[in-house]
Amino acid sequence: MKPFTYERPADVASALTLVAKIPGARFLAGGTNLVDLMKLQIEQPTHLVDVSRLPLAEIEDTPEGGLRLGAMTTNSQVAADARVRARYPALAQAILSGASGQLRNKATTAGNLLQRTRCPYFYDTTKPCNKRAPGAGCAAIGGIHTNTAIFGASEACIATHPSDMAVALTALDARVETKSGSGEARVLALESFHRLPGDTPHIETELQPAEMITAVVLPPPPAGRQIYRKARERASYAFAIGSVAVAGDRVALGAVAHKPWRAEAAELALEQGASPAEAMAAELEAARPDGHNDFKLKLMARLGAACLTTTGAGDGQ
Amino acid sequence: MKTSFTVNGQAASLDLDPRTTLLDALRERLDLKGSKKGCDHGQCGACTVLVNGQRINSCLSLAVTHEGDAITTIEGLAQDETLHPVQQAFLAHDAFQCGYCTPGQICSTIGMLKEAADGWASLVTEDLTADVVLTDEEIRERMSGNLCRCSAYPQILAAIRTAGGLA
Repeated sequence: MKPFTYERPADVASALTLVAKIPGARFLAGGTNLVDLMKLQIEQPTHLVDVSRLPLAEIEDTPEGGLRLGAMTTNSQVAADARVRARYPALAQAILSGASGQLRNKATTAGNLLQRTRCPYFYDTTKPCNKRAPGAGCAAIGGIHTNTAIFGASEACIATHPSDMAVALTALDARVETKSGSGEARVLALESFHRLPGDTPHIETELQPAEMITAVVLPPPPAGRQIYRKARERASYAFAIGSVAVAGDRVALGAVAHKPWRAEAAELALEQGASPAEAMAAELEAARPDGHNDFKLKLMARLGAACLTTTGAGDGQ
Repeated sequence: MKTSFTVNGQAASLDLDPRTTLLDALRERLDLKGSKKGCDHGQCGACTVLVNGQRINSCLSLAVTHEGDAITTIEGLAQDETLHPVQQAFLAHDAFQCGYCTPGQICSTIGMLKEAADGWASLVTEDLTADVVLTDEEIRERMSGNLCRCSAYPQILAAIRTAGGLA
């Protein structure tokens, strides 16, 4: 690791001030991704501002009938919460399908959204990567690894977002609450929180420098059933090669794009009376596999149709 | 940077480079070599320790973030000459070959059994709102963060069944 300094401010305002004023400063929450990337010198913060003990670790009922997940709630805490399990089962399933028990005990809600891609070329510092070094090129394009994007990729980057949780949150229409500056608050739809790569794949979210996630808010659970299903290369403790979240009439796909992918074409098709298989076919019309990841077309068609059949999404149309 | 926590009930106060992971602080500064460095990237579980009763990967956690925490390692489980029930079960079932992953397996088991006792679900829990029953499938899923390169998994599973009062 490159040398850095460390401090643990007592409140959100101090944390915001520190990260805003110190060049190269970063927030540290659970650290399960950031510390790993620091060991590889892919991340090289000059100063870590430890926010893990800030009073942002509560799960609260909202007046509208939803839940507010504090930014520093752990993955384990959210998945174990009785309200989440009863009313947002897709979220509990998504979290429990990711990482390991040890990692979920440390990893936080905010950190999960801000984790970096697991594209092998992002991790391989001997290869060009436009995320690590903007303008360097992309070794993943034409490379041998296959867990890459089929939607929304660019000539600069074909990496995917690795989160399971964020896929379920997208289907559940969650919102992200942030603070910056001297405490100015902002709310972003999770669906538009992450960015497609375009020609700036190193800019992964709509967060501004020194802006901090303070909570993720779930609206009241939608009518209808929920599910999260994930395909991976071993039975447990592996990143998705494709995943599907369904919550009522909303559908989101994981491991297919640079962001959790809201399947609007599938939703529209269901609304118009399509079968689960037809809905997935409608969604996958826009897919652009690259020759290495063509398997994702069949995988997502089947996984999506199975999930939509299980939940009966669109049956009420 | 001055950092104080307890390890196996003993107070420890260290002056640390902020880059020091909890694992390196335990092994290199406190001479507690039981926690193992396998992958050093949170992928193998050999470094698993209990922090305030919860299992974590000590290789991915900076020691300076643990001010005031109560840390338990494999060295802190036995009471004098009496092994912890999970240690005893691993011995009884010969739940290791080379033994390198074993401290992490044992600490992870203790954390996992508490999570199950607290009613936490896993991915293979069919009814997320029902009580947890620790079937073999549940144990395998919940322990998937601990790899055993010798593949002593059948014996590890048997040991955990015994330690969890399931066999």
